[in-house]
Amino acid sequence: MTSFVEEVADTPGGEHVFSCIQCGTCTGSCPAASRMTYPPRKLIAMIRAGMREEVLSGSSSWFCLSCYACTVRCPRGVKPTELAHALESLSVRHGFTVAGTRTPAMYRSFVGSVRANGRVHELGMMFRYYMTSPLAALGALPVGLKLLRRRRLTLKPHKSGAADLSRILLTFRESGGGR
Amino acid sequence: MKYYSYYPGCSAEGTGLGLGLSARAIAGPLGMELIELEGWNCCGSTPYGSLDAAESIVVAARNLALGEARGFDLVTPCSACCVTLNKTAERLKSDSALGRRVNEALSVAGLTYKGGLRVRHLVDVLANDITPPAIAGLVKRKLDGLKVAAYYGCQLVRPYAGDAESPRSLDDLVRATGAGPVDFPLKSRCCGGSLIISEEALALGLIRKLYENAASRGAEGIVTACPLCQTNLDAYQGKVNKKYNTGYNLPVLYITQLIGLALGLPEKELGLDTNVVSPGRLLSKVKQEV
Repeated sequence: MTSFVEEVADTPGGEHVFSCIQCGTCTGSCPAASRMTYPPRKLIAMIRAGMREEVLSGSSSWFCLSCYACTVRCPRGVKPTELAHALESLSVRHGFTVAGTRTPAMYRSFVGSVRANGRVHELGMMFRYYMTSPLAALGALPVGLKLLRRRRLTLKPHKSGAADLSRILLTFRESGGGR
Repeated sequence: MKYYSYYPGCSAEGTGLGLGLSARAIAGPLGMELIELEGWNCCGSTPYGSLDAAESIVVAARNLALGEARGFDLVTPCSACCVTLNKTAERLKSDSALGRRVNEALSVAGLTYKGGLRVRHLVDVLANDITPPAIAGLVKRKLDGLKVAAYYGCQLVRPYAGDAESPRSLDDLVRATGAGPVDFPLKSRCCGGSLIISEEALALGLIRKLYENAASRGAEGIVTACPLCQTNLDAYQGKVNKKYNTGYNLPVLYITQLIGLALGLPEKELGLDTNVVSPGRLLSKVKQEV
């Protein structure tokens, strides 16, 4: 039976979880740490303490902005950014419901758009996303209109490589997909 | 003439239209031929990797295979695309089992990736292949008197570019146009990225800090390289002003738009009509006979 820390270490991005010395440079560098229930350093401690449920159902890693400030400063090469994404990927794969942030829904609409079109159709993606929170759509309308007026939101998707990509992904999934 | 395969990235036709237009506009005058990669697909960026790490590698790898087949360096104006494609290449290099499975999947579309493609950011090409002195030599309209904050954002600098703590490339390119890059300590601090959509409050706070830092150093405008950063700082400036009761009026230009202006190219060609915060004030400062 694999421990949680081993499960994370086996996931692409989580390889260096054992290297952490809990110095806190990551948390100190993170622009989103104030919004995380468990900022990077703490999250790594929890992984190594086997707290699978708390880590994978939590919203903290989803606040990672992928700014890589932690990654370039970590004295041990832990790459906390990649670790955060590995945790997100594990959380999705094992069907955890994450409360406290709408970032998973936003990522889902992005990926949905890519799978459908081969590229992200920004207006389409916004549509998908705001369907899950219509109230937020009202708040986003002013900016959306500004962008639309300046030709920055195309009405129709520009499909490219979608058919090829579908075939490729199907083959990949059939061969076992992700680890 | 320097030849490059060109990977615009999804936003170049959408929210990053100004970047897409201006990058193409300055290519010819600077002696670059940007040959768009035929049939390229989305790189997957952060969202795909967060949903399905392994599948995201395949999504990005198709572009690496397409690029490698062409033979030139693959250049992209999008910071996120650059990091994602480089990250994917790195992972494929270090994990041969994954590489085999990815190539197996790519082969159904007649593609394969052997690991020999260099993926670079357009700013890297401008700074190191074209070089600021050469650009300065081609300037028809010096942007003297323009004080701007050169904003790198995160992924242009981290994790792959050299000088993470104190980058210079964008400042040097700004200087080449005649404009003056102000001292800007928060030059590579995050703008909030895509979380502007799902965690707006967090991102608006980060954006506000950037305006504050730039304005306090005398910046009249901000120059950036990343389409997501530009959209955040440009399209959401009104929202930041409303939320924090501030009155920032900082036009946000792409470095390619700034260079284009200095080269004497017309504003429409540079997509300056797509900017939300009107660059009018800056433009009237530099309007001279070309």
